[in-house]
Amino acid sequence: MAREEIKSRRDFLSRAALVAGGLFISGGISPFKSMLYATERKSTKGPWYAMGIDLESCIGCGRCADACKTENNVPREPFYFRTWVEQYTILNDGSIHVESPNGGIDGFTQKFADAEIFKSFFVPKMCNHCAKSPCTQVCPVGATFESPEGIALVDQTYCLGCRYCVQACPYGCRYIHPEKKVVDKCTMCYHRITKGLLPACVEVCPKQAKIFGDLNDPKSEIVKFMKDHSWQVLKPHMNTEPKVFYNQLRAEVR
Amino acid sequence: MGPHYQHLYDMLSKVDGYIYPNEIELNWSILIVLYPYITGLVAGAFILASLERVFKVKVLKPTYTIALLSALAFLLVATMPLISHLGKPMRFFEIMITPHFTSAMAIFGFVYLWYLMVVLLLEIWFDYRRDLVLWSQEKKGIMKHVYKILTLGVTDISPNALKWDDKLGYALTVIGIPSAFLLHGYVGFIFGSVKANPWWSTVLMPVIFIFSAMVSGIALVMIIFMLVNYVRKQIIDMKCLDMIARFLLVALILDFALEGLDQVHRIYEAEESFQILDLLVKGKLTYTLFLFQWGLGMLVPIVVLAYLQIFRSNLRVRKILYFISAFMVLIGIFFMRWNVVIGGQLFSKSFLGFTAFKLKLVGTEGVGMAAVWIVLPCLILLFLFWLLPPWKRHPEEVAGETEP
Repeated sequence: MAREEIKSRRDFLSRAALVAGGLFISGGISPFKSMLYATERKSTKGPWYAMGIDLESCIGCGRCADACKTENNVPREPFYFRTWVEQYTILNDGSIHVESPNGGIDGFTQKFADAEIFKSFFVPKMCNHCAKSPCTQVCPVGATFESPEGIALVDQTYCLGCRYCVQACPYGCRYIHPEKKVVDKCTMCYHRITKGLLPACVEVCPKQAKIFGDLNDPKSEIVKFMKDHSWQVLKPHMNTEPKVFYNQLRAEVR
Repeated sequence: MGPHYQHLYDMLSKVDGYIYPNEIELNWSILIVLYPYITGLVAGAFILASLERVFKVKVLKPTYTIALLSALAFLLVATMPLISHLGKPMRFFEIMITPHFTSAMAIFGFVYLWYLMVVLLLEIWFDYRRDLVLWSQEKKGIMKHVYKILTLGVTDISPNALKWDDKLGYALTVIGIPSAFLLHGYVGFIFGSVKANPWWSTVLMPVIFIFSAMVSGIALVMIIFMLVNYVRKQIIDMKCLDMIARFLLVALILDFALEGLDQVHRIYEAEESFQILDLLVKGKLTYTLFLFQWGLGMLVPIVVLAYLQIFRSNLRVRKILYFISAFMVLIGIFFMRWNVVIGGQLFSKSFLGFTAFKLKLVGTEGVGMAAVWIVLPCLILLFLFWLLPPWKRHPEEVAGETEP
């Protein structure tokens, strides 16, 4: 009897040790799972927001960049942009010239003679809200994160200002706010879209060159845009899966 | 116009080609150059110490304690440049309490603490425990109590206890070697894993960081060893110095080969980013890369050290050449970190242009602040030499008897 008690106790202890050891080992392995961040594709239900940009329509007025600064209190200095417009000029000799004076807010001038120019066009830029965003991947404290709707956001009350995310973004979409000393970026006007409004840059575009919508809603404007146009994303080889889709994007654009 | 932006307006005229508008300001400045530099010194110095302990290179014995204390002095400061460059330095602890594990940066705090608490402090403690006990018995006044506290109450110095000190210290050094590789390889990974930056993104980065760490750490210990002997007016152990120089030469050659491989690979593959990187090294990095990092920091020391291996010139000349070589190596590795950190931010990720960098003298990202983080570890090292003088340790008769 006593021997059986001892046996069952020993049994219990060895099982407890097994469970504890298992927990300990899985606890040790789980951080390594985080290495797989960029290898897995997300599946989503509910709204999954994206932006379409029709380069055919963009006239480079810069109102989107201006409205963004007003709406989101972005510093007016020409070093801080959540969205900006680039003017690409490709000359007959194949050379590429890009400009974005004050992000395009004050408009553009063309410094090359018409005869020299092969092709000239405008490219509005903004955060691509990548599905595999390198910026949220590298944040050491998780202050920058992805909302359930697929928007890359920053908790500025939590950000250390270490700037690793600024380095990790291939598109130059992040900056350190000069007064707040933490990172700042496009939120796709999260405060507006969650109330059913459009992002400020979309709202003010006189040519409807920016199309906002939910990729999971088959009737949305963005899904229609993607069906009707042969779109491309910026730097697809980075495998960041951007959610800003450009119509008529030329290979020269980076 | 706020003072925050004034210098950026000056920079605007120095932009060459096209950069994304947010890229004008360099995000990581001289403090982040110092961070891998200092961690590298720590890892390298430790590896030199482990050569003596684990790989039984007995001729290096006189440098063992010096190397460990140097590693400790620099490790204590290693996080300071990081914390002081943060936009919100007071939030630094969040990286410890809520680490975000997908980030290569998140576990630095843990790797650092592991290395400091488990490897270095414990190893030094085991190594010094007998002396601490004896000093606490010999000294008078406050120092008696200081040493008593440092023994942590473990005052048993029987042969058996000392044998255990030795065994545990040995075990720690064995753990310490991969830890030193981890510490600095990991720092390399922080840069090497940024796929957006073609100057950083190479699988060789952690390996290059480890070897450059060994180079700089060995050079540092060599200089400190020579200075200690000079100040104490002791005749330097030339056999030991020659051996350090030999290891320095080997590490330099390996490091140079790896860096060369990295560049050969870049040039041969000539990916999309090649043109901008080509302009970078031939333009903004000409002096810091070709002259300081590779020329004066590597090739010249390799030639000098190799020459001294073959032709043993007289003691005085040899000592001077060793000292100059080690000093040049330290400067060279500093510029290696500079070229990685600063160089990687000078070109736009549009690959269409360059921003400029002007080193500030004052301010949190200035030369003054950087100087503080270089001088401070030297002062800490002086303090450690005063508190735990390697040259006033008790002869090892007792320990000698207990060795198996």
